[in-house]
Amino acid sequence: MKDEDIIHNEVLVTRRSDAESWLRQTIERMSQPGINWSRKFSLFNYPFVTACCGMEFMSVNGPRYDMAQYGAEFPRFSPRQADLIWIVGTITQKQAPILRRVWEQMAEPKWAIAFGVCASTGGFYDNYCTVQGADRIIPIDVYIPGCPPRPEQILDGLRLLMDKIQTEHGRVMV
Amino acid sequence: MSVLALEKLKRRFGDDILESHSKLGDDTVLVKAERLYEVAQFLKDDPELQFDMPIDNTAVDWWQVSEPRFEVIWHLYSTVKHMRIRVKVRVGEDNPTCASLTPLWPGMNWHERETWDMYGVRFSGHPNLKRVLMYEEFVGYPLRKDYPITKRQPLIEERIVREVPTQRNPPPDMLNQP
Ligand code: SF4
Repeated sequence: MKDEDIIHNEVLVTRRSDAESWLRQTIERMSQPGINWSRKFSLFNYPFVTACCGMEFMSVNGPRYDMAQYGAEFPRFSPRQADLIWIVGTITQKQAPILRRVWEQMAEPKWAIAFGVCASTGGFYDNYCTVQGADRIIPIDVYIPGCPPRPEQILDGLRLLMDKIQTEHGRVMV
Repeated sequence: MSVLALEKLKRRFGDDILESHSKLGDDTVLVKAERLYEVAQFLKDDPELQFDMPIDNTAVDWWQVSEPRFEVIWHLYSTVKHMRIRVKVRVGEDNPTCASLTPLWPGMNWHERETWDMYGVRFSGHPNLKRVLMYEEFVGYPLRKDYPITKRQPLIEERIVREVPTQRNPPPDMLNQP
């Protein structure tokens, strides 16, 4: 058999793709929980703090509520180095292009949390200058209600996101 | 406290002071728009008054309530004599222009820019009259009473999210009900 025949032999080609997909699926199945586990415990934050919710965000970051216990205490002020954007506070129409630019600059995989009612829905600012929820600008994974939310709620939201990350499926390139 | 200021203003400017009162201790004068700058200059320079601190500048829109439509308001404080005064002028809708007090109190700069931004009242003599809070692409003046209450002007295209029905934003089948 010549080389060309092997390449064009349907049976062999099918077997090869079968083997490849089996290999990929196995690697994915075996490695995904581990990859997700390591991702969810090393979230690098980008705090997009625009309004009063920022005070509550600071208190969660402080030693009393100790976000470090979930591995999410490290703020990166460069979107290139962040996995998780916290949208903390009101997003105005003027701010929206900046938010989208920051989101586009973040490298995959990336997640977003809307912190407080303003970021989730616009809150009570149903007016000319406020975006009615940051999900109109970027996709949001977890919404945390409250004005501002209590630290327990915030940690709960973070745990929800961590659960979500644990169940995610990725593709392995072989 | 500054009834003194009202007295002095009335003595000095006579008929150019259209109204004055000190209800609840808030001394207020309504002056003719043309004489505003001189009144303000007097309030600042008079040795017995010395209103040296700009507190605020804002406007009131009396749309369909009274004419002329806009009332532009300055609040001043005297750190020397510890007095406050409120100075108002009225400007019409077709040409809402009055003198800028920024040359007298540089601190009025951003206040007047905000009034321009929100109400579209023009201040002649202002060094840098452009929007301060809204973006340049914004059309109209959002705090005017005739600005549509639900009108938004997004700078970038918004993602499509499911609209949650509210009173203001009812689902389509509710509109067709008798
Ligand atoms: S949700 Fe409340 S506390 Fe948070 S930014 Fe909005 S108004 Fe401020």
